[in-house]
Amino acid sequence: MEWMRKNLFSSWGNSLLTIVALYLVYIIIVPFLDWAVFSAVFTGDSRAACLGPDKGACWPFVYANWDQFVYGRYPEAERWRVNIVFFLGAAGLIPLLMPSVPAKLYNVIFLLVAYPVLAVILLVGGRPGLPMVDTSYWGGLLVTLVVAVTGIVVSLPLGVLLALGRRSEMPVIRMFSVIFIEVWRGVPLITVLFMASVMLPMFLPEGVTLDNLLRCLIGVALFSSAYMAEVVRGGLQSMPKGQEEAARALGLSYPQTMIFIILPQALRHVIPGIVNTFIGLFKDTTLVLIVGIFDLLGQVRTQLSDPNWSAPQTAVTGYVFAAALFWIFCFGMSRYSTFMEHRLNAGHQR
Amino acid sequence: MSDAASNAAPAASGRPAIEIEHVDKWFGDFQVLRDVDLTVNRNERIVIAGPSGSGKSTLIRCINRLEKHDKGVIRVDGIELTEDLKRIDEVRREVGMVFQQFNLFPHMTVLENCMLAPIWVRKMPEKDARETAMSYLERVRIPEQALKYPGQLSGGQQQRVAIARSLCMNPRIMLFDEPTSALDPEMIKEVLDVMVGLAEDGMTMIVVTHEMGFARQVADRVVFMDEGDIVESADPETFFNNPQNDRTKAFLAQILHN
Ligand SMILES: Nc1ncnc2c1ncn2[C@@H]1O[C@H](COP(=O)(O)OP(=O)(O)O)[C@@H](O)[C@H]1O
Ligand SMILES: [Mg+2]
Repeated sequence: MEWMRKNLFSSWGNSLLTIVALYLVYIIIVPFLDWAVFSAVFTGDSRAACLGPDKGACWPFVYANWDQFVYGRYPEAERWRVNIVFFLGAAGLIPLLMPSVPAKLYNVIFLLVAYPVLAVILLVGGRPGLPMVDTSYWGGLLVTLVVAVTGIVVSLPLGVLLALGRRSEMPVIRMFSVIFIEVWRGVPLITVLFMASVMLPMFLPEGVTLDNLLRCLIGVALFSSAYMAEVVRGGLQSMPKGQEEAARALGLSYPQTMIFIILPQALRHVIPGIVNTFIGLFKDTTLVLIVGIFDLLGQVRTQLSDPNWSAPQTAVTGYVFAAALFWIFCFGMSRYSTFMEHRLNAGHQR
Repeated sequence: MSDAASNAAPAASGRPAIEIEHVDKWFGDFQVLRDVDLTVNRNERIVIAGPSGSGKSTLIRCINRLEKHDKGVIRVDGIELTEDLKRIDEVRREVGMVFQQFNLFPHMTVLENCMLAPIWVRKMPEKDARETAMSYLERVRIPEQALKYPGQLSGGQQQRVAIARSLCMNPRIMLFDEPTSALDPEMIKEVLDVMVGLAEDGMTMIVVTHEMGFARQVADRVVFMDEGDIVESADPETFFNNPQNDRTKAFLAQILHN
């Protein structure tokens, strides 16, 4: 009570705002809860269950299609391979994110070197015991994660190199970086994807084909590298000149100065911007839909056209489900970045 | 003018530590250094004084190639500074520098600040680097701060760490660019004391400073710069009591009356 009086009703204006806010929450939350829980349908195996007036969300649609949402058209008999890849990814990532777990270097090496190789072998296959699964069968969360993770993992180091290149004293390197960054930043991602999917094959020598998904991966990775480069450049610019000078005066080489002195501080300054770029990238993965690749959202839309589930609330249910999944990943990244910022700030007070 | 003193035969102690001959430098159209000549012998302590903007920082930053000179010759330990990166690295390993703003690495502890360069530049084993670092931190009298971050120290302590960090590379020459100008008055002495100790051990030093007491006590030679030029160069006795140049006289009158 005391807390409420202090924080919510400390003045006339404040009380009014509190009441307006409560009212807004009321008119949004109550109907949503009604739709999602109280009037929702939880059991059934076809549209019949969800038909009828006053029915809310059609949740059976989600669990009936769960496998499609996660794996796309990946052959049922081979889905264990995807599960292993998911599991290894989580097993590599979670300890890395926990500051108290030791051996970060090995952890990073596993995630950046061993894991990608394993993941490609398992997902693509084409080896004894592992039948080939063409990427056109991949879909759902699998594709969303493959595109997002590749984009994130490639864009950070490439963005750092481009940002350093943009500040280089060598004109050729500087020119190249500026042109690269500005070209990619000036083009919408949709255009990039169209070009990757339609135009790139025209430039490749005859007989050479590049997988459609791989082309998109390259497009997304280069596109986000350009954005990342600008975020990192902001961090580099915030560094006092004396830091680099002190390092060079001690005899450290340029790469050593960057790795030990400049980048750790500069990247720390721009964690919010970096994570913001990651989140943007994660959501932009849905755009691969337009070149015929079915990410999570695309897969939800595909299943919506199933006449077996055609009911008034099915579409909304599907979109809310997709939105919720995206939200979980993006919110997780956002919270983690806040956590790291606090931790790093506590580490060295200036 | 004691030109004879500044050119005193280096033969006695081998070649001079630093030779600067006819050095010019421009920032765009602005000439910062004008035909500067300076020879620093081994174990010699030079104090550089002069008004702000006269090119003192630029001159000593040319010695470890934080700035590049446009004309003339600079040799450190007989190594001529050119575009050759190998030589620049070689020179930087021999020359330590202490800055006005300390420039400690804020994301590393005091100990890590001191160990970084010995490990990565001198390829010293970690254990030896730690021992070296602790011995120099003891020497600047703050071994108990080794595990703190620079941000937790006072300015005077930070500057002493910066000196220890340079010494860990075991340099033969130390450059100081106004090491006490950013300090609160009560902390100046603790830093100057460390520098006096270094001088007594025979370190070759070039110190840009306005601390005239330090110059009198420690310098073998005081060099006065104005508008990019060395106007006067003499032993402290002559420099303070019998300056020759009018600009030196004006500068001394101003600084000693404050
Ligand atoms: N990086 C730079 N670019 C342009 N001008 C500079 C730069 N550094 C110094 N200067 C100019 O050169 C002159 C000499 O600077 P400096 O060597 O720092 O003088 P001092 O250390 O004697 O005060 C000053 O006028 C200063 O403005
Ligand atoms: Mg200066």
